[in-house]
Amino acid sequence: MTSEINLPIYMDYASTTPVDPRVAKKISDHLTLDGNFGNPASRSHKFGWKAEEAVEEARSHVANLVNCDPREIVWTSGATEADNLAIKGVANFYQKNGKHIITSKIEHKAVLDPCRQLERDGFEVTYLEPNEGGLITPEAVLNAIREDTVLISIMHINNELGTINDLSGIGKIAREKGIFFHVDAAQSTGKIVIDLSSLPVDLMSFSAHKTYGPKGIGALFVRRKPRVRIEAQIHGGGHERGMRSGTLPTHQIVGMGEAFRIAKEEMDDDKIRIQYLHDKFYDSISKIEEIYVNGDIDNKVCNILNISFAYVEGESLIMALKDIAVSSGSACTSASLEPSYVLRALGRKDELASSSIRFSFGRFTTEEDVDYTLTLINHAVDRLRELSPLWEMYLDGIDLDTVDWQTH
Amino acid sequence: MAYSKKVVDKFENTINEPTKYNVGRFDPKEMNVGTGMVGAPACGDVMKLQIKCESKGNTHVIKDVKFKTYGCGSAIASSSELVEMLIGKTLEEAKEIKNIDIVEALELPPIKIHCSVLAEDSIKQAIEDYEQKQ
Repeated sequence: MTSEINLPIYMDYASTTPVDPRVAKKISDHLTLDGNFGNPASRSHKFGWKAEEAVEEARSHVANLVNCDPREIVWTSGATEADNLAIKGVANFYQKNGKHIITSKIEHKAVLDPCRQLERDGFEVTYLEPNEGGLITPEAVLNAIREDTVLISIMHINNELGTINDLSGIGKIAREKGIFFHVDAAQSTGKIVIDLSSLPVDLMSFSAHKTYGPKGIGALFVRRKPRVRIEAQIHGGGHERGMRSGTLPTHQIVGMGEAFRIAKEEMDDDKIRIQYLHDKFYDSISKIEEIYVNGDIDNKVCNILNISFAYVEGESLIMALKDIAVSSGSACTSASLEPSYVLRALGRKDELASSSIRFSFGRFTTEEDVDYTLTLINHAVDRLRELSPLWEMYLDGIDLDTVDWQTH
Repeated sequence: MAYSKKVVDKFENTINEPTKYNVGRFDPKEMNVGTGMVGAPACGDVMKLQIKCESKGNTHVIKDVKFKTYGCGSAIASSSELVEMLIGKTLEEAKEIKNIDIVEALELPPIKIHCSVLAEDSIKQAIEDYEQKQ
């Protein structure tokens, strides 16, 4: 059985996904002389017309997945640019109405950093705390609203925890108060149904590469009714109705379109399969003593599972799991040596935050991958706990909070 | 990752063969055992080092060492490396071991130098504990 396994095993789909072979085929059809390589903005010849047709078909696929009008989709270079365009675009356009923005502490940096930039430009930003399940509640949003609030930006699915925020609830409040509502939905497409015809959301960011499409392409949904206006952040030719200039990358756009078309078609099947793998994985891993699930287990997507292994340090666990590609809540391998800001926002102690691992499954994860991963985790956790003075103290019944640690 | 092959090998050998690499514990109450524990869980590493000594002439020799470490891969590798350096040394010789010796032995990247400092602190503390008992 294990001879079938290709190592290392990819368990980091929330970070990025491989391009689906059907998508790759579509992309390669739009590159070379014998393919559809034209500039979609060329109005004077067939090469341009054909490229434009491909771009518009892709736009329909994206719109179709999230149930909006294709004219509400603006191509960007990815969800990061879409977040920037939405947040800075609305803030700048409507700043005469007020200069207060509400977001949360567990947003992706692609939302937090534009907000920081706006603070430098004279805006005020409220960063909401999540509840202990990792959710931003409509009540929390409501309580933060001020007279001068112009924008609320809350993510749909948290990338580290997989928790799902109540967009209807938050959006309803935003509508009532006449405040624009932006949602980073980079993790959502193909995982959960998004119906923009009924969701009270004004702007929504999408990414192709989290959904088996290529990197370097994304989109921003900009609602037409009621109309939302944004100030362009990139100028030069007035493409995308002036909201985002720059020659459209036809090959990436058709890649995103095909990826989203497939996502619509196969979401139900993907979900059943991944739910099965998730449950199997969770059932087995929850038998390990002293593990903690980060994020509300009853309110999350099944492709992401974030777990803290108490008394084991995250980076060493990742090193011991070298045949498995996962992400750690500890950024110890990077320059910052900081535990994840998302887990800290949940109120997790630093040591639990830094002993966390995010497992994320996807379309190409097999049951053998899951079984093998489980074996390796059990082995690694056993070994590292045998090596851990904290585990020894825990077994001796010592409360670690009462120890006078000699910090250095 | 920025780790040298030496760190990776030391880490893997230690977790795969804990007994051979001196993972374990002595009874800290024994008179010939010195215990040092440094670091804090919130900082991401805790090292516990125990030396078992016997007197020889007018000095004491480290006969055996046990350790446990909670920390990143290089923290675990650093303690394991230190333990190997200690066995058979007199306490005076052990006091001469500096963090830079571990840095050089494992080719630790600059961002992980603190792991070697922690290892040095752990042996200092273990010796202090032992000497207080004598």
